Formats: sequence, C-alpha cells, structure tokens
Amino acid sequence: MEKVPLLSVENLNVEFSTPDGVVHAVNNVSFAVESGETLGIVGESGSGKSVTASSILKLNSGVTAKTQGAILFNGRDVLGADDKTIRSIRGSEIAMIFQDPLSALNPYYTIGNQIIEAYRVHHRDVKKSAARKIALEMLHRVGIPNPEARIDEYPHQFSGGMRQRIVIATALINSPKLLIADEPTTALDVTVQAQILDLMKDIQKENGMAIILITHDLGVVAETCDDVAVMYGGRIVEKATVNELFLTPTHPYSFGLLGAVRSLDNSARGELQTIAGSPPSLLHLPSGCSFLPRCGYAQQNLAQCSSVVPELEKVSPTESFSACHLRTEALISLKMKELA
Amino acid sequence: MTTFIARRILFALVLLAAVSLFTYLLFALLPTDPAALTCGKNCKPELIAANRVRLGYDKPIYEQYWQFIKGIFAGRTYGSGDIAFTCPAPSLGYSFNQHECVSTLIGKTFPVTAFLSLGAFILWMLLGVGTGTFAALHRGKWQDRLTSVVTSIGVSLPTFYVGLLVLFSVVIWLQWLPFPHYASPTENLHDFLTAMILPWITLAVLSAASYTRLTRNGVLEAMNEDFVRFGVAKGLKNRTVIRRYVLRAALIPIVTIAGLDFAALLGGAIVTESVFSLPGMGRLAIRSVTDSDLPVLVGTTLVAAVFIVMANTIVDIVYGVLDPRVRVK
Repeated sequence: MEKVPLLSVENLNVEFSTPDGVVHAVNNVSFAVESGETLGIVGESGSGKSVTASSILKLNSGVTAKTQGAILFNGRDVLGADDKTIRSIRGSEIAMIFQDPLSALNPYYTIGNQIIEAYRVHHRDVKKSAARKIALEMLHRVGIPNPEARIDEYPHQFSGGMRQRIVIATALINSPKLLIADEPTTALDVTVQAQILDLMKDIQKENGMAIILITHDLGVVAETCDDVAVMYGGRIVEKATVNELFLTPTHPYSFGLLGAVRSLDNSARGELQTIAGSPPSLLHLPSGCSFLPRCGYAQQNLAQCSSVVPELEKVSPTESFSACHLRTEALISLKMKELA
Repeated sequence: MTTFIARRILFALVLLAAVSLFTYLLFALLPTDPAALTCGKNCKPELIAANRVRLGYDKPIYEQYWQFIKGIFAGRTYGSGDIAFTCPAPSLGYSFNQHECVSTLIGKTFPVTAFLSLGAFILWMLLGVGTGTFAALHRGKWQDRLTSVVTSIGVSLPTFYVGLLVLFSVVIWLQWLPFPHYASPTENLHDFLTAMILPWITLAVLSAASYTRLTRNGVLEAMNEDFVRFGVAKGLKNRTVIRRYVLRAALIPIVTIAGLDFAALLGGAIVTESVFSLPGMGRLAIRSVTDSDLPVLVGTTLVAAVFIVMANTIVDIVYGVLDPRVRVK
C-alpha cells in the first residue's frame, strides 16, 4: 500500500527576514502528491500557499529567505540540491505557471523564441528548427489558432487567455511530471478560466502528470482537485479529499470558507457569510491557534486554543486531517445548533 | 512605423525652428547694440555705423532672422565690393570678436567636444551599468551598501570640484601625467590621450554615480517581474536570466536617459572643458558669453539644441525598436 509519492513535502518552514522582523511564511507544512493526481492548496492572500509552491522549485532563494524541512521529488532531495541539479529539475521535471499571464511572458521576445528557449535549455543538442516544430505542435495542442502565423508574434499581441495558454505551452514543453499552477485562472474571465482548467485536466489525462493547484477559488477546487490542503497563517489547517472538504468540513476555518462561497443553496438563504476579522500577521503569529481570534467555536476550549498550536490530526469518522483542538463531533454539534 | 518616424522628424524640425527663433531674439532683447560690440573700446562711430550696415543690424529684427535662416541653407555674404566676405553654408553668422565665421569656429571646436563626450559616455555607461547590476545582485549586502555610499558622494560632488581634485592629485601632486595639452588624435595620439583621460574620468564619475543608482533600481524592479521568475522556473542559468530577462527590461529606460544626457554633453561640457583647458564647444560658448559675442552665442546654442532635439527623436525611434510593445504598426 505504501508507495513512494512523486513529491513529498515534510515539515517545511520558510522564514523571511525583513526590516520589521522575521516573517514566518510557512510553518510545519507537510503534504504529498501522487502522479496523475491534483492537489489543491487553498487559502487567503498571505496564507503561505505561494511561498510553499515556490519552495518546491527553490525559487525563494533570495538573501532573506530561510527554508527548512525536506522536499523529496521522486525520492530525490530538492532543498539540499545544488544549483546545477535544481536547474535540471526546473522546467524539465517540475514546471510552474504563475497567476498573471500578462506579466509571465517576457515582453521583449517573441513567444516562439521563449518556448524554444524553454525546450532547448533541457535539450541542448536539438537544433532550433527542430525545437520550433515541437513548439508549434505544443501551441497547437494548447489551442492557439494558426500557430504557424502567430509563433513569431510578441506576447502583447495576444489576449489574456491566449497568453495563459502560451504560458502553459512553455511550461509543458518538456513534459514535466509535476505542474505547479499558482492561481492560473485568477486573472482571467470566468469563461476563459473554465477553458484553461479543462486544458490542464486534458493534458493531465494524456500524460499523467501531477498538478499542484494553488487557488483561493473553491469553485476551481471543486472542479479540478482530488485532494485539498487548506492553509491559514502559514499552516495547513485541513487536509482532505475534495468531497470530504465540501461535504464534511472539519475545521472552523473551512466552515467559514465554504460559507463565504456563493452557491445555489447559499443564495437562497440570503446574504453571504463572511469570516469576521482578518488573517494573522505572519510577523507575530499568536502562541496558540492562529485562527482563534476569528473562530466562533473556541469559547469552551479557550485555555488550550490560546496556548497550544493544534497539530494536524486525523479526524474520525472521516478521512480528513484537521488542525483543531475541538474534535469533529463537538464541532458538528455546535454547527448544527447554529443552523437550527 | 514609417509614418511614426516621419511625424517625429517633422515635429523635430518645427521644434528647431522655434528654438532658432527664440535664440535669435537675444539680439533684440539684449540692451547692448550688437554693432557697437563689433569693435573695441576706441571705436569710431563711423565704423560702428558701417559695421551695422555690413552685418545687417540696421534691418528690422524679423528680416535679420530671415537672413540668418537663409544663411544656414545658402551661406551668407557680408558687405559688398572689395571688403565683402562670405561664410559658406551652413552659415551661423560672423564673429567680429574672433574674426571668423561662427560655423568655422564650431567646426574647429566640435571634434574636441565630441571626443570628450563619447569617451566619457562609454566610460560612464560601462561603469554605471556594471556597478549598478553588481549592487542589485548583492542587494542588502556590504557590496551594495558600499556602492550606495560611494554613489551618494558621487552624485553630490560638483563637476568643477571633481575636475580640480583629479587635476591637482594626478597632475600636480602625483605627477603621473603631464599638464593636459590637447592635440587631435590623428596628429598626436599620445597627447590626445593624456589630455583626455582626466576629463573623461571627471565627466564619467558623476554620471556613473547616477547611472549606478538607475541601473540598480531598474534591475531590482525587473527581478520582481513575473517573467523573470518564469525564466528561472524554466531552468535557465542565472547568467542567462540576468542578461536576457533582467537587463533587457532594466536597460530600456536607461538607454532613453543616456541618449539625452549624451546629446546634452555634445552641446559642450562647459565646466569640464574650462577646468582642463580643452578647446571645445563649451569653452567657445562660455567665451562668447563673457565677450558678448552674440553670433557665436546664438550659433553654439542652436547647435546644442539641434543635438538635443535629434537625440530626442532618435531615442523615440530606438525605443520602438527595443520595446516591441511601443512599436506602432
């Protein structure tokens, strides 16, 4: 049963030193991704999800970043890898795409130039003309109409949706085993969002790559992910399959997130719920549960909640993991009382 | 693109016409009689009157201006008969103080200024862009702080101070170089270089300081761009990312400013030329001011303006070449 996952992240901690103090962006984050599977990482802005993703490719290696823990890709140590090794992984085995397709492409070079560049970094012996053919195929695959005519155009000559397709083509040109997509649809129109997600799912079905999808959009999660990790204050507070998260959320923050989504049931009940308060400052994380100031369920357990950081633990009877001191039964009964 | 260039050039010409008009108004605005300036203190009224007619200062100002403009394209003959003399096109007037056509004076002094500007420009761009990139790549470390201290001092030192400091320390105190004596590079390359090296350094140090800052900020800004992160995520080498992604983005605005700064220098590096006694256009201009040599003053001003306007136009066009987003279809 225990097989080695494609990617496993164990006890990842990332800190940034800033003039105001140390920002604890990621705290004790662990998760694993299997081939062909999509893991969603959900959370508000500043919850540490993008930093977690960047760590996998060691993109946080600025002067001020301090990363601890272990990241194993195919059993290989990523965090400890030297520059050359990590470069051979970037773009070839793990690819990453970013939130804003408008700024992800280099405005000074044609799109063909950039895709060919991405291919030839990892295939040095392939001639430009051969790489161009592969780029054309890829552009065709991601749905750029008439790629022969458009490959020599500059990014600004494409629409946002088209540019994200080009970004995806660039990222997937080396058939990576893992694609990290950092809010790939946030900057796009809703209709274009669906197209881009479908495209990613289709390619995943073809080549069996794993996807880590970072988003704050639960609709996107429901549509595309197998598993979900909910992040809050730099920690994973709930880890579950997508069905479990939506049907039986086990963390008060997940209750709040789901309540804040507009759905047919919700709108019938009137206004959308909001989670009162704001996310904690990663500069001064509270000593106990970082969600405590916004939690509506902690009154009975205040002493523990305010002093001990809850660990991520399996919550029976579900298969979910939750980082909350209140056990699910207690939570659900509270939630029921509230709804009644 | 062609219409864009044509429009830019047309605009430049209109601008130059306006500049020439305003410059020429100096003749009308100055309280002194230009004809009285044509000969020394013990000048006879008859000679002044004769010169006034000969140089056309008796005509109304708009006609003088018209003659001036005509002279630029067709050359100009002053006086008539035996004492007539001609300044061939492009004539910018005749200097009675120096008894030469203004265009001849500018033609003699311009190469000095051009060599000075070009050398300084190359030096400061290499130094500024190099140090700026270096500082940005070491952001927050001691190399960056040291650069920032040095550039702060650099930008706040006035040219004449740096010039004199360099001159005194290298030539007089250390005696590494003889006192600069300008010779044209074809005539005596050694003299040319020994005369030019200190002025080059003087001009370059100041601009290099501000270009270091510009480059550092530009590079840091560019490094935050998503496309730079995407470049790293592709697996590109650091060097490639810096060159093709970061510097390409960071240098475009710098090229623009550099073009204008270079053009301004071509109009005459007045202070540097004076400190190092270089016979350049800047010294010609400053001398024309102290001598009230109006034709030379107008001529040098106009030439300087031509460089600025030309540089503006070229920079606009080059910008379109460098940044595909600006290209007009």
